[in-house]
Amino acid sequence: MIVSNMEELPGQRVVRHLGVVQGSTVQAKNVFRDIGASLKNLIGGELRAYTDLMNSAREEAIARMKQEAEALGANAILNVRFATSTITQGAAELLAYGTAVIVEESPE
Amino acid sequence: MTEQTAALLFNFGVPAVLIVAGFFAGSWNERRHFRRIVKREEELRAILAFAIRRMPSDLALSAPHLVTGSAVISVDYFKRFAAGLRGIVGGRIGSYESLFERARREAMIRMKQTAQGAGSNIVLNVKLDTTRIYAGSRGGIVSVEAIAYGTAYLRHDEPAEIH
Repeated sequence: MIVSNMEELPGQRVVRHLGVVQGSTVQAKNVFRDIGASLKNLIGGELRAYTDLMNSAREEAIARMKQEAEALGANAILNVRFATSTITQGAAELLAYGTAVIVEESPE
Repeated sequence: MTEQTAALLFNFGVPAVLIVAGFFAGSWNERRHFRRIVKREEELRAILAFAIRRMPSDLALSAPHLVTGSAVISVDYFKRFAAGLRGIVGGRIGSYESLFERARREAMIRMKQTAQGAGSNIVLNVKLDTTRIYAGSRGGIVSVEAIAYGTAYLRHDEPAEIH
């Protein structure tokens, strides 16, 4: 599965569009990690636990999007976008979406 | 010392200590972070990043894949206090500007590192996005997540190295 946030692929052409696919996940923070984050907040700097949390959530969203594309028989997802929204204090939704397509080698 | 003075000392003394500590630790931290950012940006100069949407026709590219990089950065206690004051008189909040800059440049570096790790040397259609993260039990804590993402390719229009 090729995942790209561009509209075209080098050396390949789109033969079929299969529609929008998306994957999302809602993540809540860990209270214990939050204690560390509160301390970090006095002196500023990176909240590593949060970076990791958001990253794994985003990977999960991408994986779900890929699953949906696979179920449609796609071999590539183009024009992928991410969106994040904070729902309540301590929970965020991460969304990945794109267009599932079937591509093949272009003859040129 | 009466109970009132003790309460007064506690109510103003503790935040004052935190503000001073936040100022010194925070600005030291920030300077150190910026030094690390500059150093790694220099190291990653060979990885090109462009915000173009269209495939450049004059480049021989292969192996596209999505790369991301992100960082959650929090302000320090002093900056929160300073921004609070700024909120009264209005104007530019420099301390928060540097917060966004740090987060974004860090995210960009990580995106390039991911691209490099996967054997790519160019990233196209780079997008930057920032989200506010609620952190801390009291919720008043300001931290931002910056994400940089794009499509990484291997560009082989350069002549092979001759030994």
